[in-house]
Amino acid sequence: MKGDHHVILRVVAKVLIPIIALYGFYVQFHGEYSPGGGFQAGVILAVSVILYSLIFGIAPAMRAITPGFARFIAGLGFVTYIGVGVWALAMGGNFLDYDALFREPPGGHNGQHVGIIVIELGVLFAVAGSMVSIFYAFAGRVSEIRDEDW
Amino acid sequence: MTGFEGATLAIDLLNITLLIILFVVAIAIARLRSLFAIVMLSGIYSLVSATWFVALDAVDVAFTEAAVGAGISTALFLGAMVLTSRTAKAEKGATQIVPLLVVIATGAVLIYATIDLPGFGDATSPANTGVGVSFLERTYNEIAIPNVVTAVLASYRGFDTLGEVGVVFAAGLAVTLLLGFGERSLGATVRREDRERPSKKDEEES
Repeated sequence: MKGDHHVILRVVAKVLIPIIALYGFYVQFHGEYSPGGGFQAGVILAVSVILYSLIFGIAPAMRAITPGFARFIAGLGFVTYIGVGVWALAMGGNFLDYDALFREPPGGHNGQHVGIIVIELGVLFAVAGSMVSIFYAFAGRVSEIRDEDW
Repeated sequence: MTGFEGATLAIDLLNITLLIILFVVAIAIARLRSLFAIVMLSGIYSLVSATWFVALDAVDVAFTEAAVGAGISTALFLGAMVLTSRTAKAEKGATQIVPLLVVIATGAVLIYATIDLPGFGDATSPANTGVGVSFLERTYNEIAIPNVVTAVLASYRGFDTLGEVGVVFAAGLAVTLLLGFGERSLGATVRREDRERPSKKDEEES
């Protein structure tokens, strides 16, 4: 590859990128108890992919997360969110009325829990996919970023 | 937060220090011409703002600012910067004076508006007496999750969040439609190389 002066950057990034991705999932699934949720988790996951492509090059990143997959995830997330709303409609409630999801008696909170978890997953997919797509669209226009370009 | 004597002074000093750092970084961003330095400084600006939001007990806002402002914006700005030149042109004459006057006028209006705002942590402010208290009381009975912010965002204001996700999705879609040709050709190149690679390996082995 290129000159040796990127060796520290690469070694540090190799250790950090999995931790960043893991932290993204922590933020996603712990959002019930701590600050954070789908938006922040999606952005953190996208950053882990973008950091990888900034350091190791855009082509290896596109092999790991293909542009088509990123676009698919973005659309899937949005459809998931709308799907929960339609699910509530189909069960006889209002759009996005989670209490109607399982037709629970008043006091049951399963619907709220499942609804929130599923729509947060939708947010995660939509945000992460969109952010990675945006980055690919910008970065894909130059084949390789040379050192002199900075 | 005021558990011991001098805590108020310490918090004030912390706030003033963070605001001074923000001010210095903002001046530096306005004065610099190197776009790379400006992108990095705007990331630092977001990070310091996030720290300040933590000091103001707005943890959720701080977290979003750190992830979106300091994380993804910096990376996207870097990606956009590669497509353009590395330095901004210096502005001359009236183009320097008019923005300064606009900024001073806007700042004066904003400072004048803060006079009517309730004090920080004021227990009698509308936010602490009206709908906020009602959400704090109702959330655990109605939604049964501990984080009120998540409950409000995902359940009470589910429509609003759906709109936000739609905006993010539309932004990704628009950028991909407008700028995605390079990405598509690069993606095709990567796929073609992947297809050719196994065949090359076979040739080497034979």
